Amino acid sequence: MNEVKDPSKTRVVVGMSGGVDSSVAAYLLKKQGYDVIGIFMKNWDDTDENGVCTATEDYEDVIKVCNQIGIPYYAVNFEKQYWDKVFSYFLEEYKAGRTPNPDVMCNKEIKFKAFLEHALKLGADYLATGHYARVEQTEDGVKMLRGVDHNKDQTYFLNQLSQEQLSHVMFPIGDLEKPRVREIAEEAGLATAKKKDSTGICFIGERNFKEFLSQYLPAQPGNMETFDGKVMGKHDGLMYYTLGQRHGLGIGGDGEPWFVVGKDLERNVLLVGQSFHNDLLYSTSLTAVKTSFTTNRTFDKNFSCTAKFRYRQTDVPVDVTLLDNGDWSVTFSEPTRAITPGQSVVLYDGDECIGGGTIDEVFKNGEKLTYVG
Amino acid sequence: MNEIYLDHAATSPMHPQVIQVMTEVMSEVFGNPSSIHQLGRHARKYLDDARHVIATSIQAKDNEIIFTGGGSEADNLAIRGTAYAKKAQGRHIITTAIEHHAVLHPCEQLETEGFEVTYLPVNEQGVVSVADVEQALREDTILVTIMAGNNEVGSIQPIAEIGALLTEHQATFHTDAVQAFGLEKINVDELKVDLLSASAHKLNGPKGVGFLYQREQTPLQPLILGGEQERKRRAGTENIPGIVGLAKAVEIAQATMDEKRIQLKKYQQIIVDTFTASGIHFKVNGQVENGLPHVLNISFAGMDVESFLVNLDMAGVAVSSGSACTAGSIDPSHVLVAMFGKDSAELRNSIRFSFGYGLTDDTVAEAAKRTVDIVQRLANV
Repeated sequence: MNEVKDPSKTRVVVGMSGGVDSSVAAYLLKKQGYDVIGIFMKNWDDTDENGVCTATEDYEDVIKVCNQIGIPYYAVNFEKQYWDKVFSYFLEEYKAGRTPNPDVMCNKEIKFKAFLEHALKLGADYLATGHYARVEQTEDGVKMLRGVDHNKDQTYFLNQLSQEQLSHVMFPIGDLEKPRVREIAEEAGLATAKKKDSTGICFIGERNFKEFLSQYLPAQPGNMETFDGKVMGKHDGLMYYTLGQRHGLGIGGDGEPWFVVGKDLERNVLLVGQSFHNDLLYSTSLTAVKTSFTTNRTFDKNFSCTAKFRYRQTDVPVDVTLLDNGDWSVTFSEPTRAITPGQSVVLYDGDECIGGGTIDEVFKNGEKLTYVG
Repeated sequence: MNEIYLDHAATSPMHPQVIQVMTEVMSEVFGNPSSIHQLGRHARKYLDDARHVIATSIQAKDNEIIFTGGGSEADNLAIRGTAYAKKAQGRHIITTAIEHHAVLHPCEQLETEGFEVTYLPVNEQGVVSVADVEQALREDTILVTIMAGNNEVGSIQPIAEIGALLTEHQATFHTDAVQAFGLEKINVDELKVDLLSASAHKLNGPKGVGFLYQREQTPLQPLILGGEQERKRRAGTENIPGIVGLAKAVEIAQATMDEKRIQLKKYQQIIVDTFTASGIHFKVNGQVENGLPHVLNISFAGMDVESFLVNLDMAGVAVSSGSACTAGSIDPSHVLVAMFGKDSAELRNSIRFSFGYGLTDDTVAEAAKRTVDIVQRLANV
């Protein structure tokens, strides 16, 4: 556990995105008397044909806010690391027919690794971000807790952080509700108080996902078929679809709406089925790879907790078995819809996010579902 | 901690005498030099006197000086103004890979408009070869634009030799002397340049004012149209306080050039000696001996410039590296790329120290010491 130092002697680097959350994070730390430095991270160059780059505009906002708060600001470029560690993985996963989560990877490899190292080189004691999550110092180490605003909680994306990383982390807005964060920004007159929240994956932003992906991966159109082999239409390329997806299939006709229920990579066929609660979408257990715990606690080989399989989903009670090779087997208390390989499975003990892994294989009553990707 | 400013090549503090004369002019001389009344004539006198000081400093005639809104505007006017004025004679331009962006970007823009640009390489000292210029010259070359002294590494280009080479050629010869002016003796007839750009704020003058020297008879199409100021070559009511400030800065620079050069070279030496004595691993990029006296570009083995610069700032040492990119982070310097190649370590570990007015031996030594401390500390992180 870190020694408690006088705030004025504690240097905190705040990762500033130009959004309201990290602006308020920096503002609150400064008010508490910390030695605060704002740093903007540039991970992606999205300069368009008109020379407009959202990174430039975001950095302008960082400058305004830092000058308002009265803290120094700098920028750092991790484009190369981001490409090597996050974007390459993102493309590889899509090629393999899975649905990756680049934000989880970005937190693990860039924000709380390359950026944290950068902060430490600047003599920082802590790295702070505007994530909706909390860290709690305890005698057994640092606990990562859900953000107080459960609707905004971002621990799902932070599940790969280690004790070592968490020991250097502060989440100043984790105990606030989002509306209160906006309120503080407005009360302080911060330039980003009314700025729209960014949506989607950072490097794609508001752009069309299909168009973006097609610049990097060749699209191979093929057939859409039912499980019985009935051709229902054409798809634009398997990578554009994810399990449980309804929109963009273009299958008309009577009856219940159609959903993606699987992918046959070998035949380049998108499997579709009718009804939201289509039985084919349900599974009962999964195996997870690239697992890690946020905590120092040791766990029995078998233990119970709750889990999330997607961001902004309510927890599901699960039984976890730690396999000898480090993978996990996670069994759900009841059949669960659209468990998607490539996404994270994140484990919780009450409010504490204890760790997570990447969903690899999915099973129904012990039988592997080969069609989910 | 007191801030030590070693970034004089980026901009420099104004000399107190410059501030004094400018405030006097601002409070007393508000007339428009083009007006026919007494107040206008009063302002006109200041303008003419300033023009004469500047012309004399480079052995030019008064009517060969065009005041501009700074060095970048002077470069733009020289390059685009020449290209548009001479496009009937040819569309080929020669420059180097290490020019300031105020030269490179207008050249790139002209390429999209049907001009052809040759970007000459430089050697590891950052110097272009006269033979390369000669080889690149074509019958349809209309402009050769090569900087006098480089802003990032301080290398001095063989301007007089290139000028001599071009005397029998139709090409206009422009030099961007923004860094060299005021620190190197410049005689436009000895250098045989047709156009020369300079800026006030690099030599303890105000920001937002500079000039372009235009040899008589050199074709030039104005970029800013309007009134008939500057003999129709640059419209807009003259910035009298700025121009007077520029002239005062030039006057001081000319009068103190020799002693200033000795002092600046001493600062370079203090830095190099302190680093050598400390045992840190470093290497000077470019030449110390024959380069600009106020610029010292140093590569630090194993350092990473992004955290290095921030650490220096936090330790109160203001320096720079390359040029800040659009989002504030560091883009690899195109000058170092030209000198060492695009994958060289120098791109990631080089810092520019630049010296000027207000420094003392002690403050420079203190900055060197703080730098050594940071290098030694980061080596252990």
